[in-house]
Amino acid sequence: MQFFLEVLIGGLLSGIMYSLVALGFVLIYKASGVFNFAQGAMVYFAALTTVGLVDSGMSLWLAILLTMVAMVVLGLLTEKIVLRPLVAQHEITLFMATIGLTFFVEGLAQAIWGANVRALDLGIEDVPLEWLLESANIAVSQFDLIASGIAATLVILLAIFFSKTKIGRALRAVADDHQAALSIGIPLQHIWAIVWAVAGFVALVAGLLWGARNGVQFALTFVALKALPVLILGGFTSVPGAILGGLIIGASEKLAEVYIGPHVGGGIEGWFPYVLALLFLLVRPEGLFGEKIIRRI
Amino acid sequence: MSEGRQIGEVILDLKNISLRFGGVKALTDISFDVREHEIRAIIGPNGAGKSSMLNVINGVYRPQEGDIVFRGKHHRDMDTYAAAKAGIARTFQNIALFKGMTVLDNIMTGRNLKMKSNFLLDAIYWGPAQREEIAHRRKVEEIIDFLEIQHIRKTPVGRLPYGLQKRVELGRALAAEPSILLLDEPMAGMNVEEKQDMCRFVLDVNDQLGTTIVLIEHDMGVVMDISDRVVVLDYGKKIADGTPDEVRNNQDVIDAYLGVAH
Repeated sequence: MQFFLEVLIGGLLSGIMYSLVALGFVLIYKASGVFNFAQGAMVYFAALTTVGLVDSGMSLWLAILLTMVAMVVLGLLTEKIVLRPLVAQHEITLFMATIGLTFFVEGLAQAIWGANVRALDLGIEDVPLEWLLESANIAVSQFDLIASGIAATLVILLAIFFSKTKIGRALRAVADDHQAALSIGIPLQHIWAIVWAVAGFVALVAGLLWGARNGVQFALTFVALKALPVLILGGFTSVPGAILGGLIIGASEKLAEVYIGPHVGGGIEGWFPYVLALLFLLVRPEGLFGEKIIRRI
Repeated sequence: MSEGRQIGEVILDLKNISLRFGGVKALTDISFDVREHEIRAIIGPNGAGKSSMLNVINGVYRPQEGDIVFRGKHHRDMDTYAAAKAGIARTFQNIALFKGMTVLDNIMTGRNLKMKSNFLLDAIYWGPAQREEIAHRRKVEEIIDFLEIQHIRKTPVGRLPYGLQKRVELGRALAAEPSILLLDEPMAGMNVEEKQDMCRFVLDVNDQLGTTIVLIEHDMGVVMDISDRVVVLDYGKKIADGTPDEVRNNQDVIDAYLGVAH
């Protein structure tokens, strides 16, 4: 039982980190209908920039602050240079544009900082929580707990932002119908700029947490691929969906690895989430919380 | 027609508007004006360029030639966002509501330009931002009462029948407290009862709020009943302009609608 709980908690904690990455996708998809393939590259760019600044002698907080500015600028430029000329184009065109953006951002990061693997130290030790180990004999990483605490806070703030505020409502309106949004005076470009800037900020937080855990390396961009099953489960347009989807994926992949893995030779953690997502697609294609596709005929 | 309101000066003057899509002439040299507080109808057979005309007024289309004078200011063409800011609101022929959002949220989006709070305060939904939200919510509730849609307040718009969606779209346009309201076939596809309701709302808006209304409508009975002046388009050209009675008896209009023997 203790072992089961340990695996479950570990899974849920890493699940929140998946949610965080998925959230970057949801933000942009909600506001512009664009599936931003470059989200993973943005995570990598953010983490590498922070580490690069720290390695060149800057304090951690200053480095994070500067990276945040860089991410916002990157987001604003993306909106201005890549998306604005493509307004009202087909979704697939926009998607292709973000693939191009992916290569550009990855290349830019490596051109500035080099391609070496670097360690990022946030000053949080990755040790089991002592009191929990002593009282219940369950090992839960302190780092994982703090990281998911940060992720959870961010996720909740964004959820409130989307459902309660004027900008959140404008975002949903823009996502639904560009032309109608313009006609009631929602400044489309303004909204997109905000979204890309916020997505850049989310990428920064994800990059820092994942980078501190696994090292800042090119493989960080693949974390974004793990967000795909999360999105399919949660729905591409739902912030709560991204949270729950992340938790389900995180917990189920760890449990599957531990309990099913040994029977099939192990290593199933890598593909289990995708199979789960595939099954889910058959049952509920719009996701747990996705906006139901309503059609009048 | 109501007795209380006073038709004012020309608020919107369209001069020699021509609009082409490649070789297709959608509008050719059209001029007409709209006076403050009046109900101005644009009629004509299908494909006459009525919707194109509205799209020119709020900047969705940019005409190749012409001059648009709005409140004394000359514009070569309009800009959608600027038009909304200047007090031009509209509804669409094919209903452009935010389908996944509730009626309440849809109408609240119409208040967007009226809301002033700071981005950061808004982001944390704190203090002034929250108070402002509540004040605007009150205004939106008035509109909901006015349009008699209290019972569907929390329903996602996509689930509503067509007639109610049209009403919600009118609500969203009204939420901006516009000085000019452009209505693109507000009664299309409605049954008699729904049409009567819609007529009443349009007349009330015009009468009580003094809103100037430019309206496209196919139902001649409705148009002749509620409009002050009517402009008639056919194949992108203006063929008549005047009071309902003048237009009704105009030979070109009768020919356009009934056809001419060759």
